[in-house]
Amino acid sequence: MIDTSLKRLAALAAAALVALPAWAQEISFYYPVAVGGPITKIIDGLAADFEKENPGIKVKPIYSGTYQESIVKALTAHKSGEPPVVSVLLSTDMFTLIDEDAIAPWDTVATGADDQQWIKSFYPAFMQNSQTGGKTWGIPFQRSTVVLYWNKEAFKEAGLDPNRAPASWKEMVDYAQKLTKRDASGKVSQWGVQVPSSGFPYWLFQGFTTQNNVQLMNTSGDTTFYDNPAVIEALQFWVDLSGKHKVMPPGIIEWGTTPKDFFERKIAMMWTTTGNLTNVKANAKFDFGVAMLPAGKRRGTPTGGGNFYLFKKSTPQQQAAALKFVKWVTTPKRAAEWGIATGYVAVRPDAWDTPEMKKYVEGFPAAAVARDQLQYAVAELSTHDNQRVTKALNDGLQAALTGGKSPEAAMKESQREAERLLRSYRRK
Amino acid sequence: MNRASAQAQIHGWLLLLPAAALLALFTHYPALATLWHSFYSSPKGGRPALWVGLDNYRGMVEDPVFWQVLGNNLWFAAGTIPVSIALALLMAVWVNGKIAGRGFLRLAYFTPTVLPMIAVANIWLFFYTPTYGLLEQFTVDLLGLPSHNWLGTKSTVLACLIVVTIWKEAGFFMIFYLAALQAIPPSLGEAAAIEGAGRWYYFRRVTFPLLMPTTLFVLVNAVINSFRLVDHIVVMTRGGPDNASSLLLYYIYDVGFKFWDSAYASTLTMVLLAILGTTALLQFGFLERRIHYR
Repeated sequence: MIDTSLKRLAALAAAALVALPAWAQEISFYYPVAVGGPITKIIDGLAADFEKENPGIKVKPIYSGTYQESIVKALTAHKSGEPPVVSVLLSTDMFTLIDEDAIAPWDTVATGADDQQWIKSFYPAFMQNSQTGGKTWGIPFQRSTVVLYWNKEAFKEAGLDPNRAPASWKEMVDYAQKLTKRDASGKVSQWGVQVPSSGFPYWLFQGFTTQNNVQLMNTSGDTTFYDNPAVIEALQFWVDLSGKHKVMPPGIIEWGTTPKDFFERKIAMMWTTTGNLTNVKANAKFDFGVAMLPAGKRRGTPTGGGNFYLFKKSTPQQQAAALKFVKWVTTPKRAAEWGIATGYVAVRPDAWDTPEMKKYVEGFPAAAVARDQLQYAVAELSTHDNQRVTKALNDGLQAALTGGKSPEAAMKESQREAERLLRSYRRK
Repeated sequence: MNRASAQAQIHGWLLLLPAAALLALFTHYPALATLWHSFYSSPKGGRPALWVGLDNYRGMVEDPVFWQVLGNNLWFAAGTIPVSIALALLMAVWVNGKIAGRGFLRLAYFTPTVLPMIAVANIWLFFYTPTYGLLEQFTVDLLGLPSHNWLGTKSTVLACLIVVTIWKEAGFFMIFYLAALQAIPPSLGEAAAIEGAGRWYYFRRVTFPLLMPTTLFVLVNAVINSFRLVDHIVVMTRGGPDNASSLLLYYIYDVGFKFWDSAYASTLTMVLLAILGTTALLQFGFLERRIHYR
């Protein structure tokens, strides 16, 4: 008796297994944000909308903290054999992910007729950090650039045209000198300009180097040019802002408190990410402007932010489903909505032609500055053994900015360290 | 050995087993595995780990950043341990007395311990901000000193982190001292008073020796913490400027989880283990003999 009922139970269980709905195709998706908050809601909404339109696929967003925490989680999961199917991670981690053999190029699944067209639909500036060796490893999603914010009231007080930002290095120094308020004893109550240098100074430094018409690395990510004379010259200019011209606070300037310094009117101009646009809009109690970074020999900024990566250990079915999801999420309409909701730069030109985006830019023209600057943008510093090679530069920059070393000595040392790390990657 | 004692032995071992198994699994095995990994190269993608012998240790000796963070860590320990223990003892003696608002004062001293380090580090970040931070409002606006970039200068950044750590830890250690003080029988104080001993003499010859077991415990904790606490570095300086505020554990994190050089991270971890092991041995072996347990 017991025997037959057990058999029946087993049969039932087997039937249930077979009858599992076709949407067993689940794609796990690491997204770099802490759980909760407005962005989580947007992502959850996107996943739900996608599932409604594609009943065969289930998207499971996993909120994985900061970018740094996310790559730690993704790579640890990869090493233990169960990585996510897709993940948004820093575009600069491309070489690291390739070297760990963790990701597959999108070209392996994007073989459909319109797929090549889709890959070509993004801004070329964003693709520089997404392609290497003729393959596309990342799909741009939440990307940013560096821009200059200025306090229009401070400009008016200093007798400058409040509607015109400095267009060149010389102008920026001139303006900043007029904007720096110093009392008789030499105490400064307002600095002219501030370029933060804590944590990841290389990113802002790339603004200076690009404007000085020099690259920090090659496209295959195995050689850096930290000690190029033009790079040293760019660093000298940065150091001079506080040392020689005395228009920027001395020492290392904290990235996190820079927007607050701006709100408190302690600085009249700041360089920071377009990702701060929504923050500044909400917290600045004065009229402010947003402009492209000033030009040295040319205009220039690095790009920044996160790309979609496809993990190698997922099944072909999962990868196909992931492609469907990523294509869906980067359509012009959704790229525009995402940009408006978060402040990131919408990643493809046709997103800016959508009615929603046009209306948004009309009401808030500052949003378009980042887009217009993209034509001058270059790839963010990214090499093999990326974080270590980048740290070599960061240490050198901070040593020069704190006066410990001359720009030339600091950059020579950074280059020596980068050479030591990259040598083995050039032997192929 | 008779049967009953054998049974007692087995019984004892069985009682120890769960804790021993957990310790072996999560402490001893990882420590040995780390030692093992430090003799191999880091596996990367298709390349498996190779036996490299002492290469990682040789690389470490030649790594200037390693020596710098080790030096930083010794300064950090020297700056935080004595001051936070002295401060804890002082606060404990004070709030142990009969003063008005004692409960409130105890709570106030203990608050920093309860708050998460990440949160307080964010608050301290703004304390140290040049020109309008709390510190500068005091030194610049009240004392008229020139403005200084506290976290952005190599010479002051470590001292700033030491202050945060002392502020965070002293209240925690105070609780142990407070408990120990309350365990000292009041009759000792009364006897000393009759003998005509002054307060300082009583503290030096009676209270302090009786507190020694607590001091040892607190000291061990303070030493461990000086190598273990790195949360505030992540928030406040990320080791900068130019590694001036990087500590050994933070550097291990950098090497292990940013550079993905697990072999070198293992090598550095062995150094950390050796330092902590040696100090623990010294503390227990040397100091304990001089401590009076009741």
